[in-house]
Amino acid sequence: MIPELGHFALILAFFVALVQGVLPLVGAHKNRADWIAVARPATAATFLLVGVSFACLTWAFYVNDFSVEYVAGHSNTQLPLMYRLSAVWGGHEGSLLLWVFMLVGWAAAVAAFSRQLPAAMVARVLGVLGLVTVGLMAFVILTSNPFDRLMSPPAEGRSLNPLLQDPGLIYHPPLLYMGYVGMAVAYAFAMAALLAGQLDAAWARWSRPWTTVAWVFLTLGIALGSWWAYYELGWGGWWFWDPVENASFMPWLVATALIHSLAVTEKRGSFKNWTVLLAIAAFSLSLLGTFLVRSGVLTSVHAFATDPKRGLFILILLAIVVGASLLLFAARAPKVSLGGRFELVSRETFLLVNNVLLVVACGAVLLGTLYPLIVDAFGGGKISVGPPYFNAVFIPIMLPLLVLVALGPVARWKQADLPAMLKKLWPAAVVAVAAGIVLPMLAGKWHAYVALALALVGWMTAALVLQTIERFKAGSPTASWWGMQLAHFGLAVMVVGIAMVSTYEEERDVRMEPGETVSVGGHTFKFHGVRESRGPNYTADVGDFDVFLANGKFLRKLYPEKRDYDTSQMPMTEAAIDPGFTRDVYVSLAEPLSPDKENGPWAVRVYFKPFVGWIWGGSLLMALGGLLAAADRRYRIRAKSSSAVPAGAPA
Amino acid sequence: MNKFTLPLIGFVALVALLAVGLNLNPREVPSPLVGKPAPDFKVPHLHDPGAEFSPKEMLGKVWLFNVWASWCVSCREEHPIIVEYTKRPDAIPVIGLNYKDKRDDGQRWLARFGDPYVLSAFDLDGRVGINYGVYGVPETYLIDKQGVIRFKQIGPITPKVLEEKILPLVKELNS
Amino acid sequence: MNLSLKLLLAACAALSFSLPVQAKEAAPLAEDPVVEKRLIKISAELRCLVCQNESLAGSQAELAKDLREEVRGLIKEGKSDREVKDFLVSRYGEFVLYRPQIKPTTYLLWGGPFLLLFIGLFALVRFLKQRSKMVVDTPLSDEEKKRAEALLKDGQS
Repeated sequence: MIPELGHFALILAFFVALVQGVLPLVGAHKNRADWIAVARPATAATFLLVGVSFACLTWAFYVNDFSVEYVAGHSNTQLPLMYRLSAVWGGHEGSLLLWVFMLVGWAAAVAAFSRQLPAAMVARVLGVLGLVTVGLMAFVILTSNPFDRLMSPPAEGRSLNPLLQDPGLIYHPPLLYMGYVGMAVAYAFAMAALLAGQLDAAWARWSRPWTTVAWVFLTLGIALGSWWAYYELGWGGWWFWDPVENASFMPWLVATALIHSLAVTEKRGSFKNWTVLLAIAAFSLSLLGTFLVRSGVLTSVHAFATDPKRGLFILILLAIVVGASLLLFAARAPKVSLGGRFELVSRETFLLVNNVLLVVACGAVLLGTLYPLIVDAFGGGKISVGPPYFNAVFIPIMLPLLVLVALGPVARWKQADLPAMLKKLWPAAVVAVAAGIVLPMLAGKWHAYVALALALVGWMTAALVLQTIERFKAGSPTASWWGMQLAHFGLAVMVVGIAMVSTYEEERDVRMEPGETVSVGGHTFKFHGVRESRGPNYTADVGDFDVFLANGKFLRKLYPEKRDYDTSQMPMTEAAIDPGFTRDVYVSLAEPLSPDKENGPWAVRVYFKPFVGWIWGGSLLMALGGLLAAADRRYRIRAKSSSAVPAGAPA
Repeated sequence: MNKFTLPLIGFVALVALLAVGLNLNPREVPSPLVGKPAPDFKVPHLHDPGAEFSPKEMLGKVWLFNVWASWCVSCREEHPIIVEYTKRPDAIPVIGLNYKDKRDDGQRWLARFGDPYVLSAFDLDGRVGINYGVYGVPETYLIDKQGVIRFKQIGPITPKVLEEKILPLVKELNS
Repeated sequence: MNLSLKLLLAACAALSFSLPVQAKEAAPLAEDPVVEKRLIKISAELRCLVCQNESLAGSQAELAKDLREEVRGLIKEGKSDREVKDFLVSRYGEFVLYRPQIKPTTYLLWGGPFLLLFIGLFALVRFLKQRSKMVVDTPLSDEEKKRAEALLKDGQS
């Protein structure tokens, strides 16, 4: 009964979304206030209906209704409750429903928090979101219905992949989708502006907080995914340039360019066409990512069960959504006015260079991700493009950006005084050189790459401090300014983490008998054998390790596990990590080396990972910076009285 | 056409590429050994550990080299097809390669499902497999009279592959 | 239990948590750490063919273990990195390399990003030069100046 209700709610939502998509757009075009007024209630209704549908699917998992095919494929009576509930998005159909739920959620938020915007504008934005929703829902209903029933329900479900039975599954997909799907709002604002023929600074001001918040979620989602891979997979890696990872990273790069470009458009009315194009690109990349992950066109550890038929549907959807927007762009862009004047050396220019670098980096990632497909399509056989390529190409493009981060915020709008700027920043240059020379030596051995990275970090951080001192002389800074500083600081922190861990990490692969020790990175591990233990749906071999510091003092115990899940053939490694501010130490049980698992030898891997936590700490700071910026007062000011210029006049 | 239509044109090209991509299989890796001489090796027979087999013994004949294992699920799919094929009067010899298996398991498997092979070579540590670029069992090679690999089938042989790809080539090589 | 027994147990616990001076150092899993280091370096750039998308270094698949063993053997024979990679490419094709070889098919791949960067920066400079010619600054009229001041005052409240 409940699954049928969920299915019915979804179909109903489809029709309401259709109303939400068509009526307000036509109403705004024809200036019919009654049709414009349909936008908000229709959006609310769609949100409620999809919410009901999602709740029904969740209920089916809660009670383990194995007559529902999707539940039977992903759940199990022994599966702990929290994983049962997050298994809702553990597979293709359910995760797609989550996608749609996030989309209508964002639309509802826009409907609720846009009282100060003109009604016609809101109608257009919600209308565009409605049409996108219609497309996605058609996809779900026609090809990926999570409510399909099985003729003969099994007594027990197939359960969730053990790798997914982790808190990461609870947080990573929802956060990631909130970001991914949130780009649709920026897209909708851009489309609304193009449709109305009204592209101006006001539009940029309205889109900016929405885009920034979506960017925050995307940052958090990607960072969480990276952290999850690090502690879950057991081999210490945190980024693999896997196609699905790239699929989330590309929208992030473009979204970062977008929030910087929006700053210019909001303040100076410039780059309007470029900003609109970025907004379209960000969401297009989200849709492209959805296509890549679910169509089977690329191989990836993350890919859902692939089906070319579904791939075709998404491709058509992608073609329509993006094609229509680019067509509209080509038609309307020539008529858009240029905005304020600025010199070759100015903040505008620095931000444009930022954009070029980010977009080129995104292009490089896209090229590398799709290249195997390109070669294959042209009959050139099969090649692989992996981390060596991406690292070789991505890092050099990003390094100049780190230099710019210090320059942009101190440059004046319209015309910057480069000699004066450099004079102000010379202490930062000194710090940079010092950091590059001294810090690597302190860490162990001097390497050119890490020296360069640390020098750039020194440059960025010192410049940040100088800027802060300077800024306070001019009065109390806004939340937006604090957000920028915090986000840039977070970037510096992240670069430290990446550089340090890539250069100075240590790994030891040893054969350990109980009583033996192994040392890595100044820490000593003593092995006390393994004992068997039983979890809710698995049996585990639990290793017993003592960890000592360099001075011989006892630190703590660590218990890495090797798990055999009841429903899976493959054993899973559960690493034991001692996280720290300046380093992680990591122990992993590889495999038993003799039939005597309790007292016999095991193959063990220990890692020393300096500053690895700074990668995700930095990302968190970036996200917080974004939140601060989005919370700035000026986005919440209501439209003023008659003395104010009517918002939305073409610049 | 102005510069503002460039994004649209680029996008159309992308969609075309992806559409083509939907018909390709990224997991199927073509073998660089096709057109090259079959790597030589010398391993014992599965059934007779005393005897040894080398592909040189098959020079002058067109033959199939089929990699199989008792632990391989897909092999059971294709095995009946090979068994049926070898019953034909014009069938070419099929040599098996028992890959990374236990002798007992391999022999039992053939006893249970039928033994269409002239003989099965026993590749215990998988080194013959590596030299032949085996990465997913079952795999089958068609080798000509000069000992050159002319065709490689990745995955189970289906009736379609047999009739449309393998047999025409066999005819050609034998003429 | 009585006090002296408690003390004894505490002493034992303290001893077991002390610096393991007498404890034996575990032997490396690999026979030869130098060979292992090269193995990790080479296999990090190779693809595990039976996995969805993992390197040969980290994969636990059966074939990956076999191939690592094979590479170990080649390293011990004194083969160079290039020779080891050629060994695998001649058997499995270029698909096994995570770092694509530089050849006509991949010129676009390797050159693309830098070409893009060059084009991007070139287009930017050209755009900026064109733009500064097109956009002319018009000073505010008196009436516009008054409106601007009124707005600024409003915004400060």
